[in-house]
Amino acid sequence: MSLDTATVRRVASLARIRVEEDELPRLQTELNDILGWIEQLQAVDTQGVEPMSGGGNQALRLREDRVTDGGIQQEVLANAPGRADVFFSVPKVVE
Amino acid sequence: MNALTDLTLAEARAALVKRDVSAVELTQSFLTAIEALNPRLNAYITVTPEQALAQAHAAEAALARGEARPLTGIPLAIKDLFCTAGIRTTAASRILGNFVPPYESTVTANLLRDGAVFLGKANLDEFAMGSSNANSAFGGVENPWHREGEPDTALVPGGSSGGSAAAVAARLALGATATDTGGSIRQPAAFCGIAGIKPTYGRVSRFGIVAFASSLDQAGPVARTVEDCAILLGSMAGFDARDSTSADLPVPDFAAACARGVKGLRIGIPKEYRLDGMATEIEALWQQGIAWLRDAGATTVEISLPHTKYALPTYYIVAPAEASSNLARYDGVRFGLREEGEDLKDLYERTRRAGFGEEVRRRILIGTYVLSAGYYDAYYLKAQRVRALIKRDFDEAWGKVDAILTPATPSAAFGRDEKQNDPVAMYLNDVFTVTANLAGIPGLSVPAGLDAKGLPLGLQVLGRPFDEETVFAVGHAIERAARFTATPSLRAAA
Repeated sequence: MSLDTATVRRVASLARIRVEEDELPRLQTELNDILGWIEQLQAVDTQGVEPMSGGGNQALRLREDRVTDGGIQQEVLANAPGRADVFFSVPKVVE
Repeated sequence: MNALTDLTLAEARAALVKRDVSAVELTQSFLTAIEALNPRLNAYITVTPEQALAQAHAAEAALARGEARPLTGIPLAIKDLFCTAGIRTTAASRILGNFVPPYESTVTANLLRDGAVFLGKANLDEFAMGSSNANSAFGGVENPWHREGEPDTALVPGGSSGGSAAAVAARLALGATATDTGGSIRQPAAFCGIAGIKPTYGRVSRFGIVAFASSLDQAGPVARTVEDCAILLGSMAGFDARDSTSADLPVPDFAAACARGVKGLRIGIPKEYRLDGMATEIEALWQQGIAWLRDAGATTVEISLPHTKYALPTYYIVAPAEASSNLARYDGVRFGLREEGEDLKDLYERTRRAGFGEEVRRRILIGTYVLSAGYYDAYYLKAQRVRALIKRDFDEAWGKVDAILTPATPSAAFGRDEKQNDPVAMYLNDVFTVTANLAGIPGLSVPAGLDAKGLPLGLQVLGRPFDEETVFAVGHAIERAARFTATPSLRAAA
């Protein structure tokens, strides 16, 4: 599977990363090199093997369903690059 | 007496408790050394002298009252991936360049509880992605070691925990926190001639550590000796309800395990770790390690881990996939850098273009692609299945052996200008270390010898899940036999 320029542009858009037109050829080559190298996995017989999704041997714990945190509005907002009163500010989304 | 900066952590602790050395004097020695050497090495992104001295004074008072905790007065470097309340935490990224966490990571909270002094925040590859520390928005780190006769050729310290490893090797800290997603503790430890352990997945809480690939990330210490690593891990580890993958198990006395010896242990030697074209000195060191362990009373057994060669390509699907998801949070809205745009999507795209470095962007794109509709099964699910086979290889090996010995890296530290233009060549650095992350098992890198140019080389000990004790015992036996006393050309009090 080889990525064409349109696919690289689409993936960048999905990832919300701006890519300039003149960067596309190099990026396309690099990504194809990496994907070409990864391709060797297709040679492994994984018939009937369950995918391993976590890092450990243990099932994830569920905690008790109750509020354990909160009331820290100022801390939550402290690092915001743009804020209006007690809200994060963003460009207008709804016309 | 030697310079205070040359003490091991265990020696410094004994000297503090006996009141032969004051905690303030000890911390001041390291701050002076940092001031002298950090402008060249760039091992620290942020140095916090006032905080360190305040903590040292508090430690001194505690010691005077006879209230020593396990790390009272011990000066450490903290990888700048661990959130530290009120102290800027950057992940070596422009996107977090001004981020000041309002909370403390569990690991650093545990170290503070045990009396440690924090000298500052150590440099790293951006978001812990890299094997050379060249991917830092705050500039690369210079390895304190140099090839014989080439004092002006700067070598990389490895990565991603390059600042942590360089700081410890150059005697700019007694130990440091680090993290390891594919080898980021063990490879820089090997490149810098120090010890470092990636514990079992779940042994150390990930709460408050900037996430890269959550099913692979694990924090651990780097230090100049195996015992020092054991002491630090004892403080860092432990159950934490705030990390759903944290293991609810007691923390053993790792330092005591170092002295156990290896008599009667069965050590596996995996034949798949013998690579074509591997440097003869790496192979020779490995054989030397086998001989040392046999001399110490262990038996060695050749084993097979047949899926080893698929570990790196598996990793380069799983890790970018998880990274693309984890790094989605950096959107220019809630914290971090913002680049204004015409609309919200444009703001996101400009922010992430300006905030992430080249390698991070590359991995996010790979991750996004392998998770995208139509490719998810062929790439991501396939990789998860191969990962299960890699883990199964180890599970089967534990029926025959108690630990596994391998080289830590396929080469010694390389030059700053080498391998930087070929992502895949850079990825091969982690060929021996990445399997432990995929299988979730502990791995320790121990300095064991020098190459022909006088650069350090490491051996790696792998162990069963949650059996760091055996790993420490084997590592300590290698350390004792290797008698590694070489020192880097750039170091405090040199």
